[in-house]
Amino acid sequence: MDDHLTAAPRAAAITTYPINLRINGVPHRFEVEAWVTLLDLLRERAALTGSKKGCDQGQCGACTVLVGGKRINSCLTLAVMQNGKDITTVEGLADGAQLHPLQQAFIEHDAFQCGYCTPGQLCSAVGLMNEGQANSVAEVRELMSGNVCRCGAYPGIVAAVTEVMGMPERKDNPDRPYLPGTVPA
Amino acid sequence: MNPITYLEAGDVTGALYHSEQPGRAFIAGGTNLIDLMKEQVMRPHALVDINSLALAEITPSASGGLLLGATARNADTAYHPLVRDGYPLLRAAILAGASPQIRNMASNGGNLLQRTRCHYFYDIGTACNKRDPGSGCAAIGGLTRQHAILGASAHCIATHPSDMCVALAALEAVVHVESAAGARQIAFADFHRLPGEHPEQDTTLAPGELITQIELPPAERFAAHSAYLKFRDRASYAFALVSVAAMLDVGDDGVVRDARLALGSVAHKPWRVPLAEAALVGRPAGAETFAHAAELLLSGAQGQGENDFKITMARRAVIRALEQALEGTHDNSHEYAGKEPL
Repeated sequence: MDDHLTAAPRAAAITTYPINLRINGVPHRFEVEAWVTLLDLLRERAALTGSKKGCDQGQCGACTVLVGGKRINSCLTLAVMQNGKDITTVEGLADGAQLHPLQQAFIEHDAFQCGYCTPGQLCSAVGLMNEGQANSVAEVRELMSGNVCRCGAYPGIVAAVTEVMGMPERKDNPDRPYLPGTVPA
Repeated sequence: MNPITYLEAGDVTGALYHSEQPGRAFIAGGTNLIDLMKEQVMRPHALVDINSLALAEITPSASGGLLLGATARNADTAYHPLVRDGYPLLRAAILAGASPQIRNMASNGGNLLQRTRCHYFYDIGTACNKRDPGSGCAAIGGLTRQHAILGASAHCIATHPSDMCVALAALEAVVHVESAAGARQIAFADFHRLPGEHPEQDTTLAPGELITQIELPPAERFAAHSAYLKFRDRASYAFALVSVAAMLDVGDDGVVRDARLALGSVAHKPWRVPLAEAALVGRPAGAETFAHAAELLLSGAQGQGENDFKITMARRAVIRALEQALEGTHDNSHEYAGKEPL
């Protein structure tokens, strides 16, 4: 007779679900458990670790990816719910060795320090441009507010995004000139 | 997250069939449900995905209003031309909430069903009558900055966190639901409930009922004068401390013909007081009239100590929102326009 304290637990049958995803233009097929988030699938099963697990609660935006060209928090959706979708991560932005214009602008405007939020910032900015709702620097700032940068690189991020969007140059505070990479006196 | 199984419903009938079994939950955007499942606050053992149901359309209604599909995304709703042109208040409220990423995911039906962001509801190590009926309320006497100043009970002082719902309350939307028993319509004022002795019940939706559409009655008379004003701890991407949806119908003589007022993040549901709106009608639109309406809307307000400031803040927000509505159509971005960050 089984001793209920020492007997190995009866292995519960774990149901997995077949899903097809197109990730950065490449078709993939996975067998996933229902509780696997899209973020965990990208990082742990597709080996695409550019998308970051910052908070895992939809509060930081570091996991932002594009699904069908729209930006979402990949930590707040299940992989099974995205079956058949076209997904772009930060790894899919560059064209070979040719950086995406936003990536180049982030470098030129010093739009990051530690870099942890940068993949999410980049995907979010691509989504913002796809959406076509930002028509001023203030609207760019508001519509990038789903991406938190702990290093406070916001002026550089706004400068990079608005430059790629072709908006007139506008410093955050005209009375206090700001040189990328420096701390104002 | 606990082990779960997953089903994709093909149509409303299928979704309702699946939902009859206990422990199942509908999922559309999932932005709140998945978060709550990770935190073990909600523990369904199966999810029924309703994204394939044909409920994502936004179409004119027969009565001259608008029908918002339950699975239409918040962003698609806010940016829809018929919402932009006919319901600027709703657009402003949606765009004041969450982040662009979350608005791209979150569904309209899910926005109505989102749970409170009370810290104690989220922390399974604390007592919470909403999460675990009968366990008590750790928020009372705790950190209450975001909690209710109106309509609270001895069992729960949580607030409803939605921005969209504050506008829907002012617009007197109607929630269309279906279940195996048939279809019914719920007036928005009756959809969310006060906590009373049963804070575990956020809404009057019966188990197994599915929101299919949200109907907006015609609102042309208010389209020229509306404002959504939201006060929060940071300029964007934060839940409201206090928010106000205000709509005015003002005659050429400057006298208010009709008015709607709703407060957000101050109670377990969007807060409306018919007397406060009636006090605006037939009066000249202006400071004295607005201040009187604000007093009536906040009548009976009681703080929890740490959130006492919300009573004064709400009163002032109501007056400012009415002033903004009188000027034209305001969205929350006017709070920050032209101001340089430090």
